[in-house]
Amino acid sequence: MDNIELELLKQIADINEAPNGAYNIRKNGQGIERKVTQNVNIVTKEDKQGIDVFVKENTKYEFIHIPVIITESGLNDVVYNDFYIGKNADVVIIAGCGIHNDHHKDSQHDGIHRFFLSEGAKVKYIEKHYGEGKGTGKRILNPVTEVTLKKGSYLKMESVQIKGVDSTIRVTKGVLEEDSNLVVSEKIMTHGNQFAKTEFEVELNGENASTHVTSRSVAVDKSVQEFKSKITGNTKCFGHVECDAIIKDKAKVIAIPEIVANNVEANLIHEAAIGKIAGEQLTKLMTLGLNEKEAEEQIIKGFLK
Amino acid sequence: MAHGKSTLAKIIMGIQNEDKGQVILDGKDISKKSIDKRAKSGIGFAFQQPVKFKGITVYDLLKLSAEKEINRKEACDILSKVGLCAKDYVDREVNGSLSGGELKRIEIATVALRNAKLTIFDEPEAGIDIWSFNNLIKVFENMRKVVKGTILIISHQERILNIADEIILLNNGKIEKMGKKEEIMGDILKQETAGFCAKLGGENNG
Repeated sequence: MDNIELELLKQIADINEAPNGAYNIRKNGQGIERKVTQNVNIVTKEDKQGIDVFVKENTKYEFIHIPVIITESGLNDVVYNDFYIGKNADVVIIAGCGIHNDHHKDSQHDGIHRFFLSEGAKVKYIEKHYGEGKGTGKRILNPVTEVTLKKGSYLKMESVQIKGVDSTIRVTKGVLEEDSNLVVSEKIMTHGNQFAKTEFEVELNGENASTHVTSRSVAVDKSVQEFKSKITGNTKCFGHVECDAIIKDKAKVIAIPEIVANNVEANLIHEAAIGKIAGEQLTKLMTLGLNEKEAEEQIIKGFLK
Repeated sequence: MAHGKSTLAKIIMGIQNEDKGQVILDGKDISKKSIDKRAKSGIGFAFQQPVKFKGITVYDLLKLSAEKEINRKEACDILSKVGLCAKDYVDREVNGSLSGGELKRIEIATVALRNAKLTIFDEPEAGIDIWSFNNLIKVFENMRKVVKGTILIISHQERILNIADEIILLNNGKIEKMGKKEEIMGDILKQETAGFCAKLGGENNG
């Protein structure tokens, strides 16, 4: 891999060399490196682009890296990755996509990830999206994440998009059985004329299922963000969605909450706040010696941390 | 009571503009300087209502205040000095999950850390319970020993006035009395409607 590709990998997966544990690196629409372990098997799909990842039951504390990098302008890469997590396994999965586009054609990656967690399984799923390059061609990322949680399982998803993605439509869906828990934390920053749309849809079907969805976003310049969430409680369950956005310049942020309780025992909460950086926060940091620009940077950095 | 105490404090820090007059620090007119420039010139300011932040931790805020990298042990030492059990607080966000008393002590820690030539506390007793207030007095007594600059505390509380070296009495925006605590303490306690600035230690920087 050349320096550009290595930098993309560093940005999205924080890796400089072959990572520990199982991994599958995809570049410009093709798998280029793969490693499996005793507990984690990765198999290429035969009917379409993508991989199946199988984690054996009771596997503990293994890392699985599945980064995607695109440096070819004009490429439209669609990939279907499925993860089958065995009973009581506990693993960390690090995905993400980085696009470098120096030309005028659009580059696009649509990653459709499905997670099937068996009883008692635990997964931390980290997904970073990043774009760079001097070309006029857009960098487009449309991730879809579908989560099916069996009894007592848990998935925590951390999704970050900080820089360089011109357009994204991000869809996350969850279906939860009893005592399962889905935690989603999303952080997005958009600049220029970028567009980001996020859709969350969670169905709480099992007794004592719970979900916490947190979205923190910053929209500056003329960028536009849209946040849609729908939580449906079909039994005794708990759901909490929190959407916080900082808006600057001529940006636009739309938050559309929807909570549906189909059972008297369903406890669902939605909170949404959109606003500019509070003047008192800037003033406080300026009394510590930061100028206005530095103060603003620190507030945004903290907000998206 | 509105006698202009907080307004005066904010004018000194540059948070509010003066209608007329000058702010002189070390013999230099700093009236045209921005808040951050005044901070760098040696003025510290503790807000009456501490500011909350989403995502910024106590440790982050202490590092920003110190204007240099400080390690966790140093951060914990600073928090201990304001009566907080440091390891419980250093990684917490400076947000609404903290009580008024906790936020106030963190606010004091961020300001005291700067060891400024002039440190202003705007009604530090506001919004805290009696237990936190007792600790606050101890914090100021300790600061008086270690801080080299002048500490200016805006307060209505007799116990804070009692630890002052000098007291300035403001009435309707004008200085009515100013002098050593012993000289004017008796008089000012009779004036229920006035506001007070307690000045602790330091050279004559203000």
